[in-house]
Amino acid sequence: MLKRKDLIGLYDLSAEEITEILDVAENMKKLLRQGIKKLPHLQGKTATILFYENSTRTRTSFELACKYMGASCINISASTSSVKKGETLIDTGETLDAMKNDFIIMRHSMGGAPKLLAEHVRASVINGGDGMNEHPTQALLDMCTMRERFGRIKGLKVAILGDIAHSRVAKSNLFGLKKLGAEVTMYAPETLIPKGIDRMGAKICRSREEAVEGADVVMGLRIQLERQQAGNFPSLGEYARFYGVNREIFSRAKPTAIIMHPGPVNRGVELTGSLIDDNASLILDQVLSGVAVRMAVLFLITQYRNQQM
Amino acid sequence: MNNTVILDKNAVRRTIIRLSHEILERNSDMRNVVLVGIKRGGEVVANRVRRYLAQQEGVDIPCAGIDIGIYRDDLVSSFFVPDATVNRFPFDITDKTVVLCDDVLHTGRSVRAAIEGLFAMGRPGSIQLLILVDRGGREVPVRADFVGKNVPTSRSERIEVDFEEFGAQEDRLYITKLGK
Repeated sequence: MLKRKDLIGLYDLSAEEITEILDVAENMKKLLRQGIKKLPHLQGKTATILFYENSTRTRTSFELACKYMGASCINISASTSSVKKGETLIDTGETLDAMKNDFIIMRHSMGGAPKLLAEHVRASVINGGDGMNEHPTQALLDMCTMRERFGRIKGLKVAILGDIAHSRVAKSNLFGLKKLGAEVTMYAPETLIPKGIDRMGAKICRSREEAVEGADVVMGLRIQLERQQAGNFPSLGEYARFYGVNREIFSRAKPTAIIMHPGPVNRGVELTGSLIDDNASLILDQVLSGVAVRMAVLFLITQYRNQQM
Repeated sequence: MNNTVILDKNAVRRTIIRLSHEILERNSDMRNVVLVGIKRGGEVVANRVRRYLAQQEGVDIPCAGIDIGIYRDDLVSSFFVPDATVNRFPFDITDKTVVLCDDVLHTGRSVRAAIEGLFAMGRPGSIQLLILVDRGGREVPVRADFVGKNVPTSRSERIEVDFEEFGAQEDRLYITKLGK
């Protein structure tokens, strides 16, 4: 059973722990599909969503997960909080602790911020994305969708294409997928491939075709325009033409292959519009998995903490 | 095997017939009565009663199964995710007399959960409880209106229910000992 106060990254989790989260998420998804979205397990708990970076789907997804589990949930945007006045992260966390808050769901532009906070607060910290480090619940929801479609993760070939250098999603997926026995290939302009990622278990390909060949899953990652100061590629048009996934490239994957993308999508850049809307695209299923996985994480952490009391 | 049979195939059939007649006796206006069975065993009981009333008495009343998974009172104390299905009846229960059916009545907790589930779907005019076997051991104040058979049991015993609808060769309710 998951014995953790916090969820910081998949780097820390064992294959068994990841599988347990996916198992619970699968049950949650079954309930959500039927429109059952009222569980009592987090009644009397409070969660604070503390996002120092923009988000719609992750924030909404966490908020709904809290509400569906019976927790009350508040949102703090860094731009309208005391963070603006210079309050440190740990002081903010300790303030929330003093208010008897139970969960801090956090997004921050600096890698490691959730880990630092977790070490200083009583509340459980869930990482909703930290810089270019990890985005564990995104990878868990991706694996949830993959496992439901294929019945397993082990042995799947997952091709990840897009802005890998700036992507915490790529890293969390790489850690999680490797632990569960999948093969991960990556392709991007060389400027968007982080040094050393091959040593973490990814196979870096020389072409789109090579990356997608025989894949079960083709995952596009958003080109993060807000993190492209350095001019890593000439233009979006050129990126789409030479690095994006279109129908012809996708046809090299297995006939049963699926298309995934963590969103938000730049239509026509990472993936062509027709692929996004194709039957093989599970992008909206990923969104449902997102709520289910976050409910599962809240559930398992609460179960552990209840036992500690 | 030293399992004690409580009801065999014929006894189940006779009991369903008798309980069906008791429903008719109790309710002068059967147009206002609906059957709801607690899944899965109670749903079988409700369907059998419905079939008997329709075929032998010419009274065709609505019937549905209710899943009490999300209404169980131990979701939080035992901390598990229910394997539940959503309840959507093809009829409205508001102002109706709901005859709630179950196979075995023990602690009364399932019935309590089912009542919560019924009220989540509407406001019944009244609820009557029909039970194939009442084994005693109540933990909440629940009493059945129609009882097939009273069988006092101890906590170390279990009542197993085999219905043909579940793939059993023939209907049989019997007691097994827990433990070894």
